[in-house]
Amino acid sequence: MERTPLAAPLPEDLSACIELRGHLGGLTHEIECHEDSLKALCVWITQTLGYAFAGLVVEQETRWSLRYLFQSTELPSRWIHVLVRGPLEQTRYPSVTEVIHVADWHEREAEDLFGLVFEGHPRLGDFVLHDDAWQEGLAPMRREFDPANAPRVRTPNPDWRPQRIVHAPGAFGMPIGPVYSGICESAHFLLETVGEDVIRALPRFFYKYRAVEKIAEGRQAEDALLLAERINGLTAFAHGLAFAQTLETIAEIEIPPRAAKLRVFLAELERLRHHTGAIAEICESTALGVAASQAAMLEEELLRISGRLTGHRYLFGLAASGGLTRDLGDAELAAVIAPARSILRQLEALERRLVRTSSFLDRLEEVGIVTQAEARAYDLVGPIARASGLARDLRRIHPYSGYGEYDFDVPCESEGDGYARLRVLFAEARQSMRLMAQALERLPAGPVRAPKPTQHARAAGAALGWTEAPLGAALHWVRIDERGAIVRYRIIPPSFVNWHAFHLAAEAFAFQDFPIILASFGLSVSENDR
Amino acid sequence: MSQWVWSGLRWGIRTTRYPVRRDEAPGVTPGFPVARPLEAPLARADPYEVARLVERCPTGALLQREDRIDVDPRRCVHCFRCARDEAQPMPWSLSYEWAAATALRRAAPPPGGRDASASDAAAARLGRPFSHSVHIRVVDAGDCGACLHEVKQLSNPYYNLHRLGFFFTPTPRQADILLVVGAGADQMRTALEKTFAAIPTPRTVIAVGACALSGGVFGSSFASSAGVGSIVPVDIEVPGNPPPPLAILHALLVATGRAQPADWAAHSIRREVLTSAGGDASRRESMTPDEAP
Repeated sequence: MERTPLAAPLPEDLSACIELRGHLGGLTHEIECHEDSLKALCVWITQTLGYAFAGLVVEQETRWSLRYLFQSTELPSRWIHVLVRGPLEQTRYPSVTEVIHVADWHEREAEDLFGLVFEGHPRLGDFVLHDDAWQEGLAPMRREFDPANAPRVRTPNPDWRPQRIVHAPGAFGMPIGPVYSGICESAHFLLETVGEDVIRALPRFFYKYRAVEKIAEGRQAEDALLLAERINGLTAFAHGLAFAQTLETIAEIEIPPRAAKLRVFLAELERLRHHTGAIAEICESTALGVAASQAAMLEEELLRISGRLTGHRYLFGLAASGGLTRDLGDAELAAVIAPARSILRQLEALERRLVRTSSFLDRLEEVGIVTQAEARAYDLVGPIARASGLARDLRRIHPYSGYGEYDFDVPCESEGDGYARLRVLFAEARQSMRLMAQALERLPAGPVRAPKPTQHARAAGAALGWTEAPLGAALHWVRIDERGAIVRYRIIPPSFVNWHAFHLAAEAFAFQDFPIILASFGLSVSENDR
Repeated sequence: MSQWVWSGLRWGIRTTRYPVRRDEAPGVTPGFPVARPLEAPLARADPYEVARLVERCPTGALLQREDRIDVDPRRCVHCFRCARDEAQPMPWSLSYEWAAATALRRAAPPPGGRDASASDAAAARLGRPFSHSVHIRVVDAGDCGACLHEVKQLSNPYYNLHRLGFFFTPTPRQADILLVVGAGADQMRTALEKTFAAIPTPRTVIAVGACALSGGVFGSSFASSAGVGSIVPVDIEVPGNPPPPLAILHALLVATGRAQPADWAAHSIRREVLTSAGGDASRRESMTPDEAP
């Protein structure tokens, strides 16, 4: 097998115990290693090569397969998959959380859902499956788990109380959620304090766990795509696209040029709409009524534009393996540009008013800070990473749908506070408009969907698909069998990565800043919980 | 600060005239497929074509009957597969007045009656005092975010639900309406039950979205219910994935007796679910299927 050189040679003591397997799909190195050298290998990949940890995919085949995903954070595009395999009886594996902090939640999730134990992990237990609702050791993602025999209805214990960590004279805890405030997604936050400032902010998620990854198993890939769209309804197209790309990689389908351009157009329309909504949320959280209303109106206009153009306000039912489910007329597409430009102009005018409003800026500046070092340690993604000076964008580093040919900037700020995050949202909205206009320039005619592969050409296999969703990198790992049914589906959504760092922003700031920090993060609970 | 006053005034009034006038603005609704009779070109003699069309639906929202193809709006997730069928596209309606009363609500006597306080069902009816001041507690029981977002859109000036006397409240103690979105994840069960119990009677429960009604694409699984109806007693159902803001607004008007519920039965929807239990179908405003291109 051909050995593509990596940026740095493997250290002697490591090269003895691993097997380098060249590429998967051209850009991916697969390295199988023994569990004993896993930690050292991870340190080499992240620290010597400068790659970022992107996720852990556990698969139960004839053996356990633990796949650690790493991505290059600058060009050239490269993925490294580190594989650790073990017999099914072996359920204990070394934890890499000590050397890669991001792996923390991935390992906790695998412990809950697969019943694997990661030795050396500081805190396993109560994560996806809440201890007060599920019996211990159920491991629902395992093959042998029988949903029919599991207790059908789980009712969490009404007397459950969050565990306090801060024990100091005068310390008290403020539990928030899962049903709280106005209209918000269900999640629980325990804020601990001895007075004004929050000392510990402990989130508890997965109240909305619907087991998307489990119920996808056995479904036809085409139907599982509907699930992918509904992981986060606000960024449905980005998730649907990432899922469709996995299928295209597996079946080696080339999408028609018109479909690639339209995908970029729709993905950027979604980003523009999403960011406008996120801006409205931030204005709302600071009780700046007029600004919140104006941003919300612009968002509604973009929703209507999407609805008129595609039939659905949230772009459901468009992404498909091989292209798009339907074509969009050239005249209808062109008719979007002028109103979208006008919306962007109004958004820019809104930005100018906001930066002149000192009472608004006071609530955002130097509030909810995530430093660049923290962002790097937590391998943050999306606008939050970019507001902390981490210019990571999959459209730039791992281009798909022809993003490599477009002219756009990756806006970046360095302060990492709420105001930096707001500025990134505005700047990205401008870039989205640029990309939408470019996608329609020289839009080729032709089909928008590649012909269906013939029955005998249908390949079993697995692949990773990715998009830069409005909230950040969305990774989908899909394995299908020769009938086209899903064997394993693992979603690594941006919110799962970024919620992990939320406590950094919430801690050391005042109670009353909490809703503003929450809004300036603007994350989805649904895609985190799955 | 004065810049906000001026810019606020300059933007003018953009609020919809609904419910006084129908809102026909493009893009306000994703629409629904409409039940269609089995006549040419989709003749009864071609059972293969009919079955093929019905099977395209991923959630079983299309139902083959002897003389027609029915649509179960509670299951439809707007995937557009039936509408985009090359050979036999289903007709599509761009309506939005979708909220229907459940059997529980139809069984309730009108408010103010002698036995009104006696039964659970009566507690579901908000009487005259509530017609122009109603408080809503929203609970997310496993939503993808879209339904919740459409509920949120009701506060923006385009829909401005305050003008109709509706208000969102953070506390269930002040709420009159419990508005539930999401499929009913098991881990949200206790929170939802507690919220419902904290709302004083009379109270109305509105389930919003296909997931809350039937589980939607998630269906019934070991971790979530197929809809929230098994957790709290639902009075009004709003189909859609997500239902647009106007559909949710319509549901609120139905809850306070200011609009007629949709009569899905008249459009030959799954009768065992939606047929009136003893109601007056003739008085109900029926959905106008204005066919979309």
